[in-house]
Amino acid sequence: MSDFNLKAATQEYATRLGDDAVVLGHRLSEWTSNGPFLEEDIALSNVALDYIGRARMYYTYAAELAGNGKTEDDFAYTRDMREYRNLLIHELPRGDFAYTMVRQLLVDVFNTYYLPELAKSADSTLAGIAQKAIKETRYHLRRSHEWTLRLGDGTEASHQRMQRALESLWGYTHELFDADPLELQLADAGIGVHNAALRPTWLAQVSAILTEATLTVPKDDWAVRGGRVGYHTENLGHLLNDMQFLHRAYPGCQW
Amino acid sequence: MVTKSIPVLPFAWYERAQRRKQSALTPIWEVLDQVKDPEIPVLSIWDLGVLCDLQAIDGKYVVSITPTYSGCPAMETIRADIAAALEAAQLQPYEIVTRLSPAWTTDWLSPQGREQLQAYGIAPPAGGGCAHAQGLTPEAGIECPHCSSSNTRRISEFGSTACKALFQCQDCQEPFDYFKHF
Ligand SMILES: [Zn+2]
Repeated sequence: MSDFNLKAATQEYATRLGDDAVVLGHRLSEWTSNGPFLEEDIALSNVALDYIGRARMYYTYAAELAGNGKTEDDFAYTRDMREYRNLLIHELPRGDFAYTMVRQLLVDVFNTYYLPELAKSADSTLAGIAQKAIKETRYHLRRSHEWTLRLGDGTEASHQRMQRALESLWGYTHELFDADPLELQLADAGIGVHNAALRPTWLAQVSAILTEATLTVPKDDWAVRGGRVGYHTENLGHLLNDMQFLHRAYPGCQW
Repeated sequence: MVTKSIPVLPFAWYERAQRRKQSALTPIWEVLDQVKDPEIPVLSIWDLGVLCDLQAIDGKYVVSITPTYSGCPAMETIRADIAAALEAAQLQPYEIVTRLSPAWTTDWLSPQGREQLQAYGIAPPAGGGCAHAQGLTPEAGIECPHCSSSNTRRISEFGSTACKALFQCQDCQEPFDYFKHF
């Protein structure tokens, strides 16, 4: 482990977590002014804001560790698709409302178990960010849980859409529990989290909610991976194009 | 106007109050009291709990603040307002630092802050109670800030800002914001 640079690894980890948060936050923000009704529009925008806030905290910390004068904005706006390290599930297009809610459910349950572990991190900044995020995630999960029940056990059309969303997202959930050598070493050092250990509890809770919603838990017969090494679906390119355009066209602009 | 019973003060608030009381910087705390939450302008950042601490370190005023929610868009404005208040009072040099831990909680709202919320038409967070065991918003029963009725229902868990939920009073029919327990 002598060649393992803890500070550089922590910086990379904070960047990855920031990427997860900014990409999902951006996807959720696409519902702003497009929600099915006013309250839901506001709720999705609020959840988006929570994620973008997390991204800012993770990036600010990564920038501080980098110590080269870069800011959170450099991380969000000047890195290309191959430099982004978010897990693929976060970048998939928002789809219909059922798709957005199923993704939120899968991610919210994951965060319900992941964040309390990160809150125990030996790195006090990561722990502090996680402690804030845990409370928000409780609210997020209650909402995605309620929507899953209402739509899964709703009309035939809503049930079908939920099941279809579930089938098309399920193969992207496996990556949530992967860890490369960097993440494993950080977990061993008490800074990161052993994600793989979270899958049984995640699966149990997700299965219970899906069953209650009369939905079928999909089979584990396919998996897509690559986000943590920078191999993305084409969707991230389109998202970054939208998100980064202004900053790239008018560097450092303010209003 | 019905007089409301005052809830038992959370220990977290008591700790905060002690920290301020034992500080020798009373006039500077008072300058900072002029800084209000931009979204609820009756509430000072102290009463809201965003202002954590004030210290004089090596001849410099160090102001510690903490965000309410991760995505709280008011933090930039609050920083600028603190800077403006200190500069107007010629209190320099200063530094404004952001603290993430311990995480902000509605237990840090001051008793005065709770009253101000109420008077502003926002129901203050309901403390304790089994409905709040998980820190979530109940579906009903939050006291209406207009007529004090408890015959109210939740319309949406997410209101006009991240820190508020939307309720409606079944008696006076007025919709109102509820400052979520967090
Ligand atoms: Zn009323």
